[in-house]
Amino acid sequence: MPSDTPRAEPALELRDVSKQFGDLQALKSVSLRVAPGDSILLYGPNGAGKTTLLRVLSTLARPSKGKVLLNGEDVHSNPVAAKSAIGFVTHTTFLYGELTVRENLEFAGKLFGLTSIDKRLADVLDTFHLRERAGTMVRELSRGYQQRVSLARAFLHDPQFLLLDEPFTGLDAASAESLQGLMRRLEGQGKALIFSTHDFEQGKAIARRLVALENGKVRYDGPVSHAPIAVLRAADSPSAGALSASFP
Amino acid sequence: MKKAFPQTVHLIVTLAALLVSLYFIFLYAPQEATMGEVQRIFYIHVSSGNTAFVAYFLTFFGSFVYLWKRNESADDFAYGAAEVGFLFCTCVLVTGPLWAKPVWGIWWTWDERLTPTFFLWLLFVGYLMLRSYVIAPGRAALLAAVVSTLGVVDVVFDFLVIRMKSYRGQHPAAVMGGGENSGLDPRMWVAVFVTFAAFLLLFSYLVRQYMRVAALRREVSRLRRLSDSSSGA
Amino acid sequence: MNSLRVIAAIFMKDLRVEWRHRETLAAMCVFGLLVVFLFNFAFEPAGEESLRLLPGLLWIAFAFAGVLGFNRSFAAERENAALEGMRLAPVDPGAIYLGKMLANLFFMGIAEAVVVFAASLWYNFSFIPALGWFTLSTFFCTLGYVAVGTIFAAVAANTRMREVMLPVLQFPVAIPIFIAGVEASAGALKGDAPGDYASWIKLAASFSVIFLVLSYLLFEFVLEE
Repeated sequence: MPSDTPRAEPALELRDVSKQFGDLQALKSVSLRVAPGDSILLYGPNGAGKTTLLRVLSTLARPSKGKVLLNGEDVHSNPVAAKSAIGFVTHTTFLYGELTVRENLEFAGKLFGLTSIDKRLADVLDTFHLRERAGTMVRELSRGYQQRVSLARAFLHDPQFLLLDEPFTGLDAASAESLQGLMRRLEGQGKALIFSTHDFEQGKAIARRLVALENGKVRYDGPVSHAPIAVLRAADSPSAGALSASFP
Repeated sequence: MKKAFPQTVHLIVTLAALLVSLYFIFLYAPQEATMGEVQRIFYIHVSSGNTAFVAYFLTFFGSFVYLWKRNESADDFAYGAAEVGFLFCTCVLVTGPLWAKPVWGIWWTWDERLTPTFFLWLLFVGYLMLRSYVIAPGRAALLAAVVSTLGVVDVVFDFLVIRMKSYRGQHPAAVMGGGENSGLDPRMWVAVFVTFAAFLLLFSYLVRQYMRVAALRREVSRLRRLSDSSSGA
Repeated sequence: MNSLRVIAAIFMKDLRVEWRHRETLAAMCVFGLLVVFLFNFAFEPAGEESLRLLPGLLWIAFAFAGVLGFNRSFAAERENAALEGMRLAPVDPGAIYLGKMLANLFFMGIAEAVVVFAASLWYNFSFIPALGWFTLSTFFCTLGYVAVGTIFAAVAANTRMREVMLPVLQFPVAIPIFIAGVEASAGALKGDAPGDYASWIKLAASFSVIFLVLSYLLFEFVLEE
């Protein structure tokens, strides 16, 4: 089944990946190929394995079985190249509450070994409308602002592959809209985007490709427009509905 | 290995060896001149101690293999060796005072051999506590492997430090190293080695059982998941 | 050298966070002082006796202050999974360890200075004549203590009841360094010839080097998921 792709073609790939947490099997032999220009919506009910899939792609979690490849090379054997190419946003913000927005981003920039850090910093501060909050302690920011800083941190090193796990969480309507615009433009910039959201309509407006997960397996992988109704219903299970309704 | 040395044979050999060691301890070895019959606990005491140190080293060995190969049974081996090793180590700390009190008139002394054994016991406690306190079950094996690797290097330093501190303990000097002034009857030596061998057999049998149970437990949860996902779909 | 930059960045970050509220340092110092203080009432040592008890007393205070600090040093990393954020960057996990270790060493140094100062006041004991050798021996012993403390704190951060787990893991492993610390500072404070206790300093130095290298190599597995 795994197609033999030529090495040179840039892509982030999961090959037959399974991930086990103790007794829980979060992913079951998932294969997925994310190439530049891709814009993928990851969709599925709670507990389907979306976050785990993104964490494995991000190199944070090692697969129990199978491989994660970047341009044909195992990401865990050449982590430096892989990590420089990946930006990741998830439920946790990776930020220090006791540092200001600018200090947090500067610290991240140093970890990524960025040389022209001031320029990049100014760019992401503008992109996420954080300029006037740059000197504020992260702890004092609202959830929405923290989410924006977390996004800024992920875009800071100008990664080629963007993995966004529920990026709209906590954002107000205006920020959500501008993020949506940003995500749509990525495709044209030759970047790859894979993101999850519980709001299918919102996701549909951004993504061209849909990957539907259920019980740790890929149920559908194809154009969003051709997605079978059953796949979408599965994600709308009562538990998922109840949880998303509880968000303010 | 499984075919070559089936469990039942392993068990029978172990029980036989333990019986033989009883013969050597109580009938073959001569009575000690000054301490009398009480001294016979020595064979159990020393052999437990040696087995405990071997066990801690094997825990490290299993951990090392796990870090290298990510082989679950290597981790089972490490965990099993630690649990059983902890038992033997506790046995040293119980038999020590039992022997010391009638002979020296005290329960405990911080001497050259008891002290490192006590440190070893603490290392076992830390390792076992960690295993049951890790929040994400998938990470317990890795973290425990790190801890036992640090621990095994520490054991070397323990011996070094205790030697440098030169405790003047009352402990008989000949217990492990022998040496020129050991003065131990050759028959006593034979009894020591027979008991140690029997304890190692017992140790290996218990660790083997531990590994079998761990593998079964994994199989059960695998089957349960399988039935869950098939009934769920 | 990318790793050196990362180590420096983490070290400076920890100092900056600490500078903002100074909670960890304050806790370490107060805790260390309390040990010295309680000890006085438990034993009421005077004259010769206080000299005999002082090295042990100091190391008990250092040990407990350290455990407190190491636990706290991973609290900020845990809060928003910031440690994971570091792992997303192309940095050597060992460099993360060294950065955290250096920050802990720095805080330990300050707390130790405060405790020593208080002890010299309360026990009417002058450290000045022995200051050089005392500092040297305390430095190497502290280095070894922090080396194991930092990696065990990272391990304990993954457990329930980590406040209990850390000392249970760390104290047994730190016993050699603890004994070396007491012996070497006792020698230094009594004014013995340095040759008499130099072997303890050497032991502490080799312990430190070995555990630093080992932890540097093993830290990758502590962070792995």
